[in-house]
Amino acid sequence: MSILTQKDFETVIGLEVHLQFSTQTKIFCGCENVFGRQPNTCVCPVCLGLPGTLPVLNKAALDSAIKTALALNCRVNSYIKFDRKNYYYPDLPKGYQISQFDFPIGHQGHLDIAVNGATKRIRIHRAHIEEDAGKLIHDSEEGCSLVDYNRTGTPLMEIVTEPDLRSPQEAYDYLTALKLALQYLEVSDCDMEKGSLRCDANISIRPKGETKLGTKAELKNMNSFKAVKAALEFEEERQFRILVSGGTIVQETRLWNEDKQATYTMRSKEDAHDYRYFPEPDLVPFIVEAAEIEQIRLRLPENPQAKCSRLQKDFGLSDYDATIIVQDQYLADFFEACAKHSTKTKKIANWIIGPLLKELNDRKCSVKDLSLKPEQFVILIEKVENGDVSNLVGKDVLMSLLQDDTQTVDGMISAQGLSQVSDDSFLEAIAEQTLSEHANVVQQIKNGNEGAI
Amino acid sequence: MITNSDIQYISALARISLTEDEIKPMAQDLSSILDYIAQLQRLDVDQIKPTSHVLPLKNVYRDDVIKPSLTQDKALSFAVSESKGAFKVPQIVDN
Amino acid sequence: MNWNTYTAHELLDFLKQGKVSAQEIFSSLSSAIKQQDKTIHAYVRTAETADILSDARIPIPISVKDNINIDGWETTCSSHILKNYVAPYDATVVRKLKAAGAPILGHTNMDEFAFGSSTETSCYGPTRNPWDISCVPGGSSGGSAAAVASDEAIWALGSDTGGSIRQPAAFCGVVGLKPTYGRVSRYGLIAFASSLDQIGPLTKDVTDSALLLNIISGHDPLDSTSADIAVPDYTAALVNDCKELTIGIPKEYFIEGISSDVKTAVAQAMNVLKAKGARFIDVSLPHTEYAVSTYYIIAPAEASSNLARFDGVRFGLRVQPAKPRKAAIVDMYEETRNQGFGREAKRRVMLGTYALSSGYYDAYYLRGQKVRTLIRQDFDRVFENCDAILTPTTPTSAFKIGEKLNDPVSMYLSDIFTISANLSGIPAISIPCGISQNGLPIGLQLSAKPFAEEILFRIAYTYEQNTGWHKKRPSLKT
Ligand SMILES: [Mg+2]
Ligand SMILES: [Zn+2]
Repeated sequence: MSILTQKDFETVIGLEVHLQFSTQTKIFCGCENVFGRQPNTCVCPVCLGLPGTLPVLNKAALDSAIKTALALNCRVNSYIKFDRKNYYYPDLPKGYQISQFDFPIGHQGHLDIAVNGATKRIRIHRAHIEEDAGKLIHDSEEGCSLVDYNRTGTPLMEIVTEPDLRSPQEAYDYLTALKLALQYLEVSDCDMEKGSLRCDANISIRPKGETKLGTKAELKNMNSFKAVKAALEFEEERQFRILVSGGTIVQETRLWNEDKQATYTMRSKEDAHDYRYFPEPDLVPFIVEAAEIEQIRLRLPENPQAKCSRLQKDFGLSDYDATIIVQDQYLADFFEACAKHSTKTKKIANWIIGPLLKELNDRKCSVKDLSLKPEQFVILIEKVENGDVSNLVGKDVLMSLLQDDTQTVDGMISAQGLSQVSDDSFLEAIAEQTLSEHANVVQQIKNGNEGAI
Repeated sequence: MITNSDIQYISALARISLTEDEIKPMAQDLSSILDYIAQLQRLDVDQIKPTSHVLPLKNVYRDDVIKPSLTQDKALSFAVSESKGAFKVPQIVDN
Repeated sequence: MNWNTYTAHELLDFLKQGKVSAQEIFSSLSSAIKQQDKTIHAYVRTAETADILSDARIPIPISVKDNINIDGWETTCSSHILKNYVAPYDATVVRKLKAAGAPILGHTNMDEFAFGSSTETSCYGPTRNPWDISCVPGGSSGGSAAAVASDEAIWALGSDTGGSIRQPAAFCGVVGLKPTYGRVSRYGLIAFASSLDQIGPLTKDVTDSALLLNIISGHDPLDSTSADIAVPDYTAALVNDCKELTIGIPKEYFIEGISSDVKTAVAQAMNVLKAKGARFIDVSLPHTEYAVSTYYIIAPAEASSNLARFDGVRFGLRVQPAKPRKAAIVDMYEETRNQGFGREAKRRVMLGTYALSSGYYDAYYLRGQKVRTLIRQDFDRVFENCDAILTPTTPTSAFKIGEKLNDPVSMYLSDIFTISANLSGIPAISIPCGISQNGLPIGLQLSAKPFAEEILFRIAYTYEQNTGWHKKRPSLKT
């Protein structure tokens, strides 16, 4: 018998993403939907689940949900209803979560990702709307847990894939593509650090060729896409070791520990998962006519994949340049705005991907946060291209433009005498003079001391 | 017939820790109620749609407009136990 | 003067005439409570003083059931688990009452979380029937009914999930109305079964019932299930005749187990209405026999979920067991709920949890909802041919305290005639229509199609104007 290696196994991964919508108010009450406030200051009788209170649906949350479902190529049901998911946890004030059970807003969707240069379609099983829970803070000093209900009732979309992903890398690529698609919709800030986008993963392994799924583990508590990938890699390995040593995988929820780079059994939710779903009697059904759904679909912003192809087709960008530019929808918008002022689209792309993107990354900000005017940016690029100013000076001018948007490129260049000089005899004269003034340095260099300058 | 182990399963789900001497009478009470309810099995309801709401209401929304929240003091005014502006509960051990 | 013995509409006239002040009305109620409530125990807490606005439209004090939130008041559903919980907001009905200038007199006793038909399951102990203090006042709004019957309240609010306004109204000889589901906002009513609950008036006569419904009805943006249908002036429906009205008599309601007193009283009531122009027809509601079963699936299922929030985390009772059994948080949940809930509350939460649990949902909850459809359709069909349905409110008059407490099924069957109105969402009213041989009141129930409260008021008013049962008061031996 040959020794089994990890290569003899196939990994099967399904992801469950929770996306917070950035509506003004929570999903069922008028409390502000905002991150980072003092604990329990964005709460009211409704979101605290006080006796006698009732939910009323925020229209904006439903609109965002429909948009999201459509953007993920889901079928959207005309008939929308809510259900109660019953379980106890201190961060869930009512003892049930208002969610959706048998009629999710969206189902049978998909998102395409690139795997080894080819397109792979990841099917989306369902996308439903629900309310977020509060936040538990573990206070080891006092030996207790503290509950902050500010987050309670934040509108959420749960996006569940089919078990179509075959490696931690694919999972990472799916998340990247999903986040980008969601950012284009402008329904969420998709900020993992703030918890606006969270990901749980189901993973199992099976011998290659086997069609039945193995026993899965559910992984939670990953705070970045990198952590998702690392947790999946750890789990892939852990399950493999168990199987090759003749053990069996236990179906369980495991928590990722970032410090230890390992997953651990989660002890607090080992209950029977009997959620006793039933239709939420406090909310009435919602009917969105097919024509209205079609209207929303038509008004969806262009998705990043479509934009990427269009930038190549309309502006002659390379696949590489287009792909980078569409990673940020505001950068893509900026590119298109610049392209209106100049036909030198390749140069514009270079300047965007080069100095501008570097600066944005350094400042950790988006081009939409700056008031850089596309026409000034284009004027600058053309001046450099025409040789009116040097590349180096051009970059300085860009910095100044970012500093002060009231300035123009022309104004700045003439005020600072930065115009590039192209009279050869004048340049030669300056060179002669410089060399004679520094004759000893010249001599040293001639002697082989290159550091003399 | 409701068994004692059914009662234990349900009481765990419902988060009610029945004492030993509460289990048997509870099983008896629930059994007698369920025996009565069993009459519904006589009806053929295959083609019948369930009723969750008696009124034909639909599409009841709220505009996305911020309303004042409670102050932290008011929110914690009925708290059983509080600390650092939050509701305090026994420590939850995750791992 | 015993101002407390008058109806609200009489007192409003006296106020207009300057015969009485709002303060005097409040004081006479307070002294009645002081004298009698040791015996009746209709209240769980009362206001010391009245907030009376000088320009109040309706400065008649009102009592509300202990499951209706009043800002700054303890609101406990007569449950140990909510003792000391002070509500931080007003229920919509309370807001409307305050806007009309009605001072809140007190919170009335009830079956714990409205689970019961006798007001015996209250954590504060039972309320007694003013007509015979060895009898129950009915429930779950027994405190409200007893307060009105004993003149400890001018009028009161109750809530009705399966008969909890009408059955105690019948047992105490007062008028009790369950409005159409959606007529009155449920915001601030501590939910028992969300798809069945409705707040409604308990009053000394039909006119007060109409007056009070005028105040509390209407669409509420805080309750998604409240109907956006204009509220008429219900007092305009108080007309003393039944001309051109057809009233259905469902044969399924005249069954074995109805006391002969009740049968006789209902037959006499039909004669009174006939004489005022009503036409009677026989109708059939074939699924009536399934109503109690259906109710005892749907109501506990919703209740099991509605009561999940009583977990000791944020408010109310919290108990940690002396000896740890499971994780500390789970121990806290389980011990808090075991000690905080009474026996009937535990029974219903357990029953509802079972009906929703994995493997049983289809056989119980889903089937219950389907039978609910059949029951509704029965009423839809019948109301094609008649304007109202007349039945007894209960099969018998009030039973003895303790009589049914340990027999849940027989307790549940005391609501056999009232439950269908909740399942189908229709309005129904109970009015006094006689006194049994043992000296206890008998109730007559009228029901109509959704939002046809005006028809109920018209028939009930006609009946009242041509009889005197509503004027009968118990002679309290305290
Ligand atoms: Mg979820
Ligand atoms: Zn809120």
